[in-house]
Amino acid sequence: MLEACQLRYAFHTQPPLFEEVSLRLGAGEWVGLSGHSGAGKSTLGRLLAGYDEPTAGHVRIAGQRLPVKGLRPVQWLPQSPELAVNPRWQVARVLHEAWEPPEALRHAFGIKPEWLNRPVRTLSGGELQRICVLRALAPGVRYLIADEISTMLDPITQLALWQALKAEAEKRKLGVLVISHDAALLGRLCQRRYHLENARLHAAEHHQLP
Amino acid sequence: MNATQPRLRALACSGFVALLLLALLSGQWWLGDLPGRMQFDARLAPPGVDHWLGTDALGRELWARTLAGLGLSFQVGFLAALLGSAIALGLALLATLSPRLDALVRLLIDTLLSVPHLILLLLIAFALGGGLQAVVIAVATTHWPGLARVLRAELFQLRTAPYIDISRALGKSRGFILLHHFLPHALPHCLVGALLLFPHAILHEAALTFLGVGLSPSQPAIGILLADAMRYLSGGYWWLGVFPGLGLLLMVLSIERIAHGLRRAL
Repeated sequence: MLEACQLRYAFHTQPPLFEEVSLRLGAGEWVGLSGHSGAGKSTLGRLLAGYDEPTAGHVRIAGQRLPVKGLRPVQWLPQSPELAVNPRWQVARVLHEAWEPPEALRHAFGIKPEWLNRPVRTLSGGELQRICVLRALAPGVRYLIADEISTMLDPITQLALWQALKAEAEKRKLGVLVISHDAALLGRLCQRRYHLENARLHAAEHHQLP
Repeated sequence: MNATQPRLRALACSGFVALLLLALLSGQWWLGDLPGRMQFDARLAPPGVDHWLGTDALGRELWARTLAGLGLSFQVGFLAALLGSAIALGLALLATLSPRLDALVRLLIDTLLSVPHLILLLLIAFALGGGLQAVVIAVATTHWPGLARVLRAELFQLRTAPYIDISRALGKSRGFILLHHFLPHALPHCLVGALLLFPHAILHEAALTFLGVGLSPSQPAIGILLADAMRYLSGGYWWLGVFPGLGLLLMVLSIERIAHGLRRAL
């Protein structure tokens, strides 16, 4: 269980971006997070993945602090895949940064073998996002924070990406926090939803997977 | 302005420096003892068919001494730029490791930048007893702060890049991130910085040698040729100063032009 307790985050002396934020994400659970632009969704996602420290409160995984060294069990997937990869690297190097995904999994994510020897800058945003998602699925990862990962993709690529991720997450009992503005997408994917508004986190209506 | 003009200029300068470099590197082999060979029947001969760039007060061929001097200057410039940029790169990389190390590196940079570098250069060269090694060390140790400051800023910008955070979250060590993310990013900037340091080093070598704390008077360094020329200026022996000075100017300008071309290309 990934748990956030009474999180508060403020940039320096600014008023807090959010406070008293508590949420839980269980193994194999899909939870949605929505909110207006600037509400602090991405910041909350980064706190959950251990990228930033909260001003107050804490994040625990199975009751323990997030590990500082080694592969983190919580991985954050940012909206812009171009910023998530070293622009000087080749695709194969990016994909194999943490592990070597089997060919079947590469195929399931629509990653073509001919991409592997290409520089990352020659791939489109959608192609690169698939690489980033698969890279984050290294053995040992138990939770994913998917921060608007399909916002910049066309509907067909979106569907393919979510289908591949859903199948793999179900197989490995991964907990996924889906951050999105798209209420319909969250409704289709997530069992529970949260909404971040006025610096507070609210539980939104429950949705059952079809 | 036509966009191809700077590239053409950089290309022409690269060609000139390549030719010069070839002449300088092979110079030791085909010049032999010519830069030091005295001809007492041809003392202070003006430029002409027998003596292309004229001769000095001891009848030594000025073209051979200029070429040998430029070779020495190139050597000093290369070694000082290499050492200076290595110090700058090493300290900039070190600064990314922790806030304490960064504060220490910043303190070092600010301290050295606050001291007039020509004075420091003279002091170091003098303390080390002059000679090629002293000049190289003096130039390198006084010229790295500017480059280190640029490299540190570049690497700090990179430190907040999402792919660095992700690499850390994927379990990569600080050493891996330093070697595989930071270093390849810093190297092109470092190369340009080293090339820009090159002409500075050459000019400082000439200045130190001219002031008597640089290379040995027995070596045909450009600074020594220019210092000698000063003594004969009033006599109208213009070639003694013009040709070594022109050679130095061309070499410095060409390297600087290459550095600017490279900076634009990168």
